[in-house]
Amino acid sequence: MPHPCSDVDNLSHPADSGDRTEKVEAILVDKLTPNPSRREFLTMVGAVGGAAAMYQAMGMMGVAHASPYEGKIQLERAPEGTKVLILGAGIAGMIAAMELRDAGYEVEVLEFRDIAGGRCWTMRAGDTYEELGGFTQTVDFAEGNYFNPGPWRVPYNHYGILDYCRRLGVELEPLIQINNNAYVHSVDAFDGKPVRYREINTDFRGHISDLLSKVTDQGALDAVLSDEDKENLLAGLRTFGALNDDNAYVSGDNASSRRGYARPPGGGVDGAPIANEILDLSTLLDSGLWSRLATSEALNGSMPIFQPKGGMDMIARAMADNLGDLVRYRKRVTQIRQDEDGVIVTYDDLENDGAEGTASADYCVCTIPFSILSQIDHDFSGPLANVIQTMHYAASIKVGLEFKRRFWEEDEHIYGGTTYTDLPISQISYPSNDYLSDKPGVVLGAYSWGALAYQYSSIEPEDRVRRTVEWGSQIHPQMPEEFKAGVSVAWHRVPWTLGCYGIWQDKAAQYDDAVAMDRRIVCAGEHLSYLPAWMEGAVLSSLDAIRRLSQTAITAAGE
Amino acid sequence: MRMHQLFTPVLFATSVVAAPAFADDSAAWFENRNVLTQETGEGIYNAVCAGCHMPDGQGATGAASYPALADNPTLEYPEYAVMLTLHGQAAMPPLRGVLNDEQVAAVVNYIRTSFGNNYPDDPATAEMVAQTR
Repeated sequence: MPHPCSDVDNLSHPADSGDRTEKVEAILVDKLTPNPSRREFLTMVGAVGGAAAMYQAMGMMGVAHASPYEGKIQLERAPEGTKVLILGAGIAGMIAAMELRDAGYEVEVLEFRDIAGGRCWTMRAGDTYEELGGFTQTVDFAEGNYFNPGPWRVPYNHYGILDYCRRLGVELEPLIQINNNAYVHSVDAFDGKPVRYREINTDFRGHISDLLSKVTDQGALDAVLSDEDKENLLAGLRTFGALNDDNAYVSGDNASSRRGYARPPGGGVDGAPIANEILDLSTLLDSGLWSRLATSEALNGSMPIFQPKGGMDMIARAMADNLGDLVRYRKRVTQIRQDEDGVIVTYDDLENDGAEGTASADYCVCTIPFSILSQIDHDFSGPLANVIQTMHYAASIKVGLEFKRRFWEEDEHIYGGTTYTDLPISQISYPSNDYLSDKPGVVLGAYSWGALAYQYSSIEPEDRVRRTVEWGSQIHPQMPEEFKAGVSVAWHRVPWTLGCYGIWQDKAAQYDDAVAMDRRIVCAGEHLSYLPAWMEGAVLSSLDAIRRLSQTAITAAGE
Repeated sequence: MRMHQLFTPVLFATSVVAAPAFADDSAAWFENRNVLTQETGEGIYNAVCAGCHMPDGQGATGAASYPALADNPTLEYPEYAVMLTLHGQAAMPPLRGVLNDEQVAAVVNYIRTSFGNNYPDDPATAEMVAQTR
């Protein structure tokens, strides 16, 4: 997924403790040695500012890791009788609504669909989904089975959305992201046969360690390493790479204890294990399968990572329950206007044969995706209007396949996790729930972007499912026999978003214009964050937006 | 070598020039992870444009709309369609990364002469696309 992660390292700080840290630093510069060691510095910060300041200073020094999420938002009480209109009942809109309501604002939410959640969406047995163009699918899953066509993972470091799950009582369970016993696969490697991730991972690390050991022994690193450094490095490589006592990566117990055995350790007669054969380095390199090994290292994709029990929309449902009748469904916004007196939004009331209705307020949080907003009659200022007009939304496809039998568990010992492939399906993700059960299981059978997603989007839903099973059967030959039902969501055909997530024409140049409050209206959502496509981006964008809206309202009320 | 390394845009462009205009594109679907490999206007339309503008060119409407390309007078001259195809506009994604110059010209000319549009004159060319790119 092409979302930049580098921003995560740009720490933001709570204003108050940021000031405090600056004071601490000033004291240190003034009172202490000009260049305190890191430990001295941290000790002093701890003494002066307490544990919180020390933790924050550690973050600045790259030791610990602060999150942009600062805990439950503390908004000042609303000026008496101030109303905020919120457009869109997705994650960003509902968070704005809950928090502004709690701060004393009168809140009204307008939502296009008849349910809340936006892209935070779960398809369940019996659901019907009509995509743009009128292609209709009925989810023919077994009772209780579901598929998340949008967000499907909540990483441990997305503190904002996790906090809302905590506060709203949304039960989470671990999602297995990476599974050493799942496969990596290329149509051009090993005659198109999948290989266990653990074999490629172990062999790649082993061969790297073997090579580095050799050049260390040959003196190639003498200019940069002392004798003691070299000893430590070799000891580390033996562990890291499962090398033998001669610092070589070879077939045998060391390697097989990670990559697997020809005959695994057993009991009784023939209990002794037989090691399997490692891949030779050239074969491994030529396979290209090493390209998948860092997939689970990214901050947003490493363990632990979660999913709500029963489907991602449990988060949306909890928020919608919390808001109750503050959300008004089936209102299609057609016009947004603001002047010195307030904001007026015109909508088609789909509940009432499309009759025109209006809603007015003092302020507005607009979470409508720019793919939709660009077609709504609005009077936003020039720079913001320019961003709205130039942001497009990514093509993305997900296909959910239900199988009568959990063959990946029963036949192949794969419990959750992901298989990566260069087939058009890109990956297969196995369910992280109901392990070992005898009920049908739902697999994410395809999840692709770009040119592949354009083509997947352009064909009919039945054809998407048929092709997905066909491609998947190159990895799991059981698929055609065990197939029970399938659904697909091509995000360009989703009626309420017209795409997956917002892509900027020039994010560096346009970002400030788009997140700025435009008089009485502020926009929010994943598209206005540096965590695009993630719910956390919507959370952080929304919280920042309402913080500024609140300041504007309070300032205006004081004038 | 991996297939996706072989199919660089440059190599691919060469193969398009050599292809007959009536090529059957049915085998080209999903051939490459990064670019579209259909060569005819109709093949390209069905593989990418139809996703939003629909197989019959009628567009679609949800919370907002994908405009109909059928009977669309903005297609009278090729420049506008070429520019939109390359650079996108609003919800329309830029397709310059997945289509080469020949493909853009082919699909624009296909749309301008299909779905009730009848603009066979002044066809888009790869050169025109290259200048707009």
